[in-house]
Amino acid sequence: MDKIIAGKTIAVNEEGYLIDFSQWDESVGEELADEQNIELSSAHWNLLHYIQDEYKKEVPLTIRKIGKSGVVDIKGFYQLFPTAPLKTASKIAGIPKPAGCI
Amino acid sequence: MKDIVILGAGTAGTMMANHLQKKLNKDEWKITIIDERKNHYYQPGFLFLPFDLYSPEALVQPIEKFIPRDVSFVNASIDQIAAGENYVRMSDGSTYYYDILIIATGADIAPEEVEGMMDSEWEKSIFNFYTFEGALALRNKLRNWQGGHLVVHITEMPIKCPVAPLEFAFLADSYFKHKGIREKVKITYVTPLSGAFTKPQATKALEHLLSEKNIDIVSDFAIERIDTDRRAIIDYGGKEVAFDLLVTTPTNKGSKVIERSGLGDDLNYVPANKATLQSLGHENIFVIGDAAAIPASKAGSVAHFEAEILTKNILHYINKEPLAEEFDGHANCFIETGNRRALLIDFNYTHEPVTGTFPFPHLGPLELLRESHMNHLGKVAFKWIYWHMLLKGRHIPFVSTRMKEKGKHFA
Repeated sequence: MDKIIAGKTIAVNEEGYLIDFSQWDESVGEELADEQNIELSSAHWNLLHYIQDEYKKEVPLTIRKIGKSGVVDIKGFYQLFPTAPLKTASKIAGIPKPAGCI
Repeated sequence: MKDIVILGAGTAGTMMANHLQKKLNKDEWKITIIDERKNHYYQPGFLFLPFDLYSPEALVQPIEKFIPRDVSFVNASIDQIAAGENYVRMSDGSTYYYDILIIATGADIAPEEVEGMMDSEWEKSIFNFYTFEGALALRNKLRNWQGGHLVVHITEMPIKCPVAPLEFAFLADSYFKHKGIREKVKITYVTPLSGAFTKPQATKALEHLLSEKNIDIVSDFAIERIDTDRRAIIDYGGKEVAFDLLVTTPTNKGSKVIERSGLGDDLNYVPANKATLQSLGHENIFVIGDAAAIPASKAGSVAHFEAEILTKNILHYINKEPLAEEFDGHANCFIETGNRRALLIDFNYTHEPVTGTFPFPHLGPLELLRESHMNHLGKVAFKWIYWHMLLKGRHIPFVSTRMKEKGKHFA
């Protein structure tokens, strides 16, 4: 389905994750963060850019991996994105919902 | 004479020894399998042991019984794999050179990963059923437990047999009902996932069962530590769940051998091609079963399907032919739901579990994603199949290596 985000028509799935990462830009990220009542600080942006880079390298993301990334520890990650941080951050970053594991 | 060395004589390694022994020329190839343990456990039985549904004796057999005569079984511990130099160094300093190495070192629990898990309450009010000893200790606890808050918990994914904790919750409901103390037991299922399972359709079916059985679910719970004084699990976001009895699934990790050899990822699993099972680091090293870092379930059925494809690929590799990119992530799992009923799920890398029939399209007799007594009988019969057919590498009739799409209701 399509959704208007930051004035642009963007394809999202039924849970609101972007379908095409190339449609993402920082204004989209800001509006998606706003929907979650999160105001993005530079610490948020560092984390969002980190997970986008991992996504581009096709590295599956886990909370454990974030904790060892050197970008933020797990506690800090929860302070940035208090509920379901990996899912929330992925949604704001415009990347797919983390697959979890099977 | 050339050497194939298999590390680990669990489900996957044992199946590979049996398959390869039948396919390889004995005058050309020597097969060696190495494991420090003496016993082979029927791991699916660990789920039933706590509820006195299986006796401990039924779950153990000597490893040697399942290793073919022409395969040499080395019962000793491994120090590390020297992958660049093609040998395995043992703890006693001896070495085994290989032309082809198969890593089947599995996964094990690592309860030390969570602060407080192994402190004073371990095996007092905190249990797990992923080891034989753990499941037995839990059985003894449950025999005398008078009720309270039972919390069934998963620390983090991936874990072996990802549906087992749910099955444990279902069986617990049934067990306490039969004991006549269900009303004295509150059961809560706590998971790091956002629902009962990872795949949406199965999640819907399973969450329906949870509510029907009066089992609460707490999702998106990433445990940080256990407060043993207050008997509570606490997540990174500050959420708390208090328990009287915690049945946790600790973090699962690959073997320390993999860590010492520098061959694994952050959980000691060995990166491999998900379709061929060749390791990404070394072309003469292959990985099978729980040891592999591929996006398939860590389950015996997966190892079984992998073994058939890996056997082909070892032969391709020997004959310098291209490897078959055939493994589709196929998993086939019975999910016990209590009261002698079970669900069956069948899925792969691309298809999530759906409703339908198995193994015959439209005929069954097993029904996918629906509770039935027939499915339960299937699960019970599986113990016999495991010991007598699966480990020996015999083909299980009608069950195909790659997932069949016929007779399944895809959206």
